Amino acid sequence: MTGTLALVCCGGVLFASGTALLMARPLTRILLGIVLIGNGVNILVLATSGAAGRAALLYPDSDPGRMADPLPQAFILTAIVITLAVTAFLVTMAYRSWQHSGNDDVPDDIEDIRVVRRATYAEERERLRAAYRKRRHEYRALARGEEEREAREHSAYQRLGTARDRYREMRRRARADARVFRARQARAEETAEEIEGEDDPWQTILGADR
Amino acid sequence: MSGGGQPSEAAAVMSALVPLPVILPLCAAGLKLAIGARLERLQRFISAGVLAAVLVVSLVLLVAADRHGPQVMFAGGWAPPVGIVLVADRLSALMLVISSAVTLCVLVYSVGQGMADNDEVTPLSVFHPSYLVLVAGVSDTFLAGDLFNLYVGFELMLTASYVLMTIGGTLSRIRAGATYAVVSLLSSMLFLAAVAMVYAATGTVTMAQLPARLDALPDGVGMLIHIALLGVFAIKAAVFPMAAWLPDSYPTAPAPVTAVFAGLLTKVGVYAILRTQTLLFPGHRIGDVLMVLALLSLLVGILGAVAQTDLKRLLSFTLISHMGYMVFGIGLATHGGISGAVFYVAHHITVQTTLFLVAGLIERRSGTTDLQSLGGLARLSPLLGVMFFVPAMNLAGIPPLSGFLGKLGLLRAGIDDGGALAYVLVAGGTATSLLTLYALAKAWNLAFWRAPTPEMCAAGTVLEDTEADSDDDEDEDEAALGPYTRSTAPHVVLDRWEPAPVRRRGAATFGGQEITTSATLPPSMTVATAGLVLFGLAFTVLAGPLFSLTDRAADELIARTPYVEAVTR
Repeated sequence: MTGTLALVCCGGVLFASGTALLMARPLTRILLGIVLIGNGVNILVLATSGAAGRAALLYPDSDPGRMADPLPQAFILTAIVITLAVTAFLVTMAYRSWQHSGNDDVPDDIEDIRVVRRATYAEERERLRAAYRKRRHEYRALARGEEEREAREHSAYQRLGTARDRYREMRRRARADARVFRARQARAEETAEEIEGEDDPWQTILGADR
Repeated sequence: MSGGGQPSEAAAVMSALVPLPVILPLCAAGLKLAIGARLERLQRFISAGVLAAVLVVSLVLLVAADRHGPQVMFAGGWAPPVGIVLVADRLSALMLVISSAVTLCVLVYSVGQGMADNDEVTPLSVFHPSYLVLVAGVSDTFLAGDLFNLYVGFELMLTASYVLMTIGGTLSRIRAGATYAVVSLLSSMLFLAAVAMVYAATGTVTMAQLPARLDALPDGVGMLIHIALLGVFAIKAAVFPMAAWLPDSYPTAPAPVTAVFAGLLTKVGVYAILRTQTLLFPGHRIGDVLMVLALLSLLVGILGAVAQTDLKRLLSFTLISHMGYMVFGIGLATHGGISGAVFYVAHHITVQTTLFLVAGLIERRSGTTDLQSLGGLARLSPLLGVMFFVPAMNLAGIPPLSGFLGKLGLLRAGIDDGGALAYVLVAGGTATSLLTLYALAKAWNLAFWRAPTPEMCAAGTVLEDTEADSDDDEDEDEAALGPYTRSTAPHVVLDRWEPAPVRRRGAATFGGQEITTSATLPPSMTVATAGLVLFGLAFTVLAGPLFSLTDRAADELIARTPYVEAVTR
């Protein structure tokens, strides 16, 4: 088989530039990339038919050796029709996307993000829970230590009173902290809701997990 | 077995039957477009009638191909290198039978869904013609006797599938459809380039002429063509590294569309891989690469499924995973492996389609397929429970069912092969089967088995840790800190959490509106799903004859000569 290097190079360049365009987000660019690749492939198919020659059916008495191979041409015609149809479809899709969202970017998979977020959240929750338990133990150990110290120094009644008072004071602070924290959390959620314009986003992520 | 001895008139009739599975749906699609949205009853009758006719023709072809060898049709009487050849051997005919039975059931289901949603105008004028073109494309790929016709079949099928995927044109479907269309288009372009390479190297694209000419090629060239073809088909079949597009795009389409895509479109890729590995490049080193890909597909797919909380996405991931079983059988390239793979394809088409249809019914019953929001369906709708449970256990491979038999056949073929890689695959296959059971049991527990009302579910699942602490004061502390499940201690930095993405809204009708939920399931949808469940069970009952059929198909595939001789005689 003899072919021209020019056709092959041309096909290669079209393929490369099409691939570069495919990397973009907007659907119209992707579409242009696909059109380029489609034409590149068609040229590659044409390159398989070998050297240029006369048309097969128009000159019945010419030497078959001097005719161009008609089969790849038939392939290309079919492929062109298919590419045309699909291009039309993609253009409609880009237009529809623009109607919906004002752009034609192809966004990421939402469900995928959701699954990843859920895993991160579960890990974070475990970490926080462990930290909370540790802190509670520390409070309790502290309180117990105080209690014992006071037991050595004071009468039973006083001892009970002071230790309990201190413990309660600490507990009161922890609760106050927690209230502040929850208020902030609630506000954050409200803000998130305003941003989303939807119901509670944590409910969205966690569902029955919470 | 042999092609000789049949009367010539019978051969002519058979030869005339071969193109019908492609022509009938195409003509019907054209007719429907001409009729438009009028005459709904006639429309439904045409679709169902045509698909039933295709089923009958496929059955006749299967019997003929089994008794008399591959049935061949030369379009316009042109000889192979120039004209289009359609070939129905045992494998093609078996695939046709399964696919036409499944598409018929899905059609009945989709008509039921259209009626239940009262959007008969939109789907009938767009859905039915596209669906019929899709069926024609699938049949054409199964029957194609040359690589270019295979390409055309793929394109026919894919173009119809783009329309079905984005039907209604909602934002989520456009988003999913864009990914799907771009990936499919790219693979088609690569396929065409591969066809060009084959033609440049051998001077023909007829599959019956290729074996001899490909064998004569230098090793490097043959290898290049082989890799190009396999790469393309692996994208279509959603084998692991090329599978990322599938769970992203499938779940957003309407339930019957997802079902038929999951059942058929990926299996068409498997069919093409099977042809490549048996007819074009038998006994090639690439089998080992296929086995590694199969292992990765099996494990990555099923681990993905375990992580999902949406039933449709979970099923999409099991689909990727179970592709691994079929590729495993093909990669083994032994008689048992190929026979097992063909059996598994037949089983998996049916079961996977059924599960997606059931997911559609669940959506109809409760408005969502999010496992976290579902619950108590087994009590609310026992029939739905049965229709989910049977195919789910079938997919996981619980002993009496065909999923078990198919896996058993493949694993036994792996052990017979005896290579180290085969044993690794056997272990991976077993682990995947168990993990499938785990994922589906999780889905069953969440959606069907737990207490019915959402409030009860919430109450039942949240209070797990507080019981462990007995001290009153501590309980008070917990109470003061709020339910700890909402992130707890005061030192949390709130800014870490970005606003969460919104849950996918269930836009499940053809037209893209909210679906109409109902306490009682629409009868035709239920009947279609139940029919497919029974069809899946039939594989269990008829496993003996079916396995002997796939054995004979594997004989034919490995021998190569019946196919080649039937076309080139």
